[in-house]
Amino acid sequence: MTATSSKAPLPDTSRTYTLPSARRFLLWTGMAALLAWVLVPIYFVALGAFGGRTGVFRWPKSIWPSDLSFAPMMQFLNIEGVFNALMNSFIAAGLTVVFSILLGAPAGYALARYSFRGQNAYRLLVLLTRAFPLAILALPLTVSFIRIGLYDTPFGVSLIHTVLALPFAALVTQSLFMGIPREYEEAAWVFGCTRLQAFVRIVLPLALPGLAATAIFAFVISWNEVFAASILTVRERTLTAYLLKILAESPLHYRFAGGFILIIPSVLFIFAVRRYLFAVWGIASK
Amino acid sequence: MADIVIDHVVKEFGSFQALQDVSLVANDGEFVALLGPSGCGKTTLLRIIAGLETQSAGRVVIGGRDVSGLTPRKRGLAMVFQNYAVFPHMTVFENVAFGLRMQKAPADDVKRKVERAAALLHIDGFLERYPAKLSGGQRQRVAVARALAVEPAVLLMDEPLSNLDALLRLEMRTELKAVLREAGTTTIYVTHDQTEAMGLADRIAVMYGGKIEQIGSPLEIYATPATRFVGGFIGSPPMNFIKVRCENGSARIGEMALPCPVAGSEMEIGLRGEDASLAADRSGIPFDVRVVEPMGSHLLLTGAIDGQLARIVTPPTAKVTAGERVGLHVDPSRLTWIDGRTGRAVSRG
Repeated sequence: MTATSSKAPLPDTSRTYTLPSARRFLLWTGMAALLAWVLVPIYFVALGAFGGRTGVFRWPKSIWPSDLSFAPMMQFLNIEGVFNALMNSFIAAGLTVVFSILLGAPAGYALARYSFRGQNAYRLLVLLTRAFPLAILALPLTVSFIRIGLYDTPFGVSLIHTVLALPFAALVTQSLFMGIPREYEEAAWVFGCTRLQAFVRIVLPLALPGLAATAIFAFVISWNEVFAASILTVRERTLTAYLLKILAESPLHYRFAGGFILIIPSVLFIFAVRRYLFAVWGIASK
Repeated sequence: MADIVIDHVVKEFGSFQALQDVSLVANDGEFVALLGPSGCGKTTLLRIIAGLETQSAGRVVIGGRDVSGLTPRKRGLAMVFQNYAVFPHMTVFENVAFGLRMQKAPADDVKRKVERAAALLHIDGFLERYPAKLSGGQRQRVAVARALAVEPAVLLMDEPLSNLDALLRLEMRTELKAVLREAGTTTIYVTHDQTEAMGLADRIAVMYGGKIEQIGSPLEIYATPATRFVGGFIGSPPMNFIKVRCENGSARIGEMALPCPVAGSEMEIGLRGEDASLAADRSGIPFDVRVVEPMGSHLLLTGAIDGQLARIVTPPTAKVTAGERVGLHVDPSRLTWIDGRTGRAVSRG
């Protein structure tokens, strides 16, 4: 047995890609351009958010101004209603995550594991929900929500956000479950698991990273959504909807502070789960 | 402990009939191989026994208990999958212990049985490792150990060696045979590799087109194939089939007259390449040699008998050159006579 154990392939950590220098140059410039595309606007927003009233209008901008402070940010957070709106945003986004996983993952599992009549049509239909303009639904939705008592609640907003996030949740989890061989489950059944036990003990642990990524998608979609949140709430607004209302009348550096606060959670979440996102897209990350 | 009775099982996928009325009995402790080309239904049959597929008709009885409608976990069997299906998020120990844990076996019992199964398959050195750190052969051992740890009455194996390289396959084959003989488990083993089936099995069921063509011991199947397919599928080189006409109770090939076992004009003679010997005086069946391949242990001659392709195996010392016409002697009792229309062997007269 020593013979076979010495033949065991070691995980390949040392693989290096050697590219011709011209291609490497192109690669790095491309990467630099992409980074700048994303980071420079965020940087300017941050400058505006932390620079205060004077920082916003200063020209030329300095790369690292000396008079940065958290004061404008704190002032912004102390504006009446901002904290409440922030909490509403978290509640709505949290509920959206829960609902879209609970509804989307079973749909994805069904799409991945079973073949049924109308499967492709169903897949297309799932995507088509995103093609339906929300604006047309706005008035009937508002009326129904008022009737049912969902109007002006983060819960009501999260329901609409779940509708927006579900197509992603179903399709991403579908590819996720497709990547977990059916034999794992079958082996679990043979060795004494019920279908549910096999799912919980075998599939779920393997799917967890991908489910986390799906959760983040749902979170970001809800966090950034402004239209439905604006029409379905009056007092209990989410942060985006609240900012849309108050920032029109606010000084410029408050707008930057608001924008910065909106950007940060999404960026942090995506950064935290980037490994899983790459895994979902089949790109090895190191 | 447990015999397996497969009673007139039919499986249809839509309009396609994957299994056509298959019946098979595996006695207690017996090793039965299901052998056939891909798409012959052998894996489907195994999955029906396991309960992973539902048969369209027929019954599966294990140890006297009709399990036809039961879920896999209630059938009391273990299975080794073609891709091993070793759980990647569990250590080797937990993988091997999986079935025992599901039976809620006490912890010291689990430990004892896992260690015994691991020792049997020589994986006791890396019980704490994760499968990703193992080679294909080691993963395969884990899959077998997981199946043996539950001490199953019935073990199902689906091409467990097909993903290994040739050398490892040979090594594992020998070990599997020893391990399974010791365990005394009733085993059904699916393979498309005839040497695996011949080497491992007590009996082989040769399958083709959703039917069992023949069931018998490896030697029976090799020496007396029941159909033209079995003869052509088993053996390397495969059996030669020579079309002959039976007239007045005998068939003529060249100068050789062979007695026909039954009357019938369209017959085929099934001849194993090693059952023919070169005649010193070029008498017997004329054989036109086209290619001579020295294989080390023997010479493989490819040529024509009566204009029909044939492969003959001779001792490595035989002096034969390509283009030559030689004479073959055959022992009539070792020939298989096949009805040319049905493809089935006729009983020897």
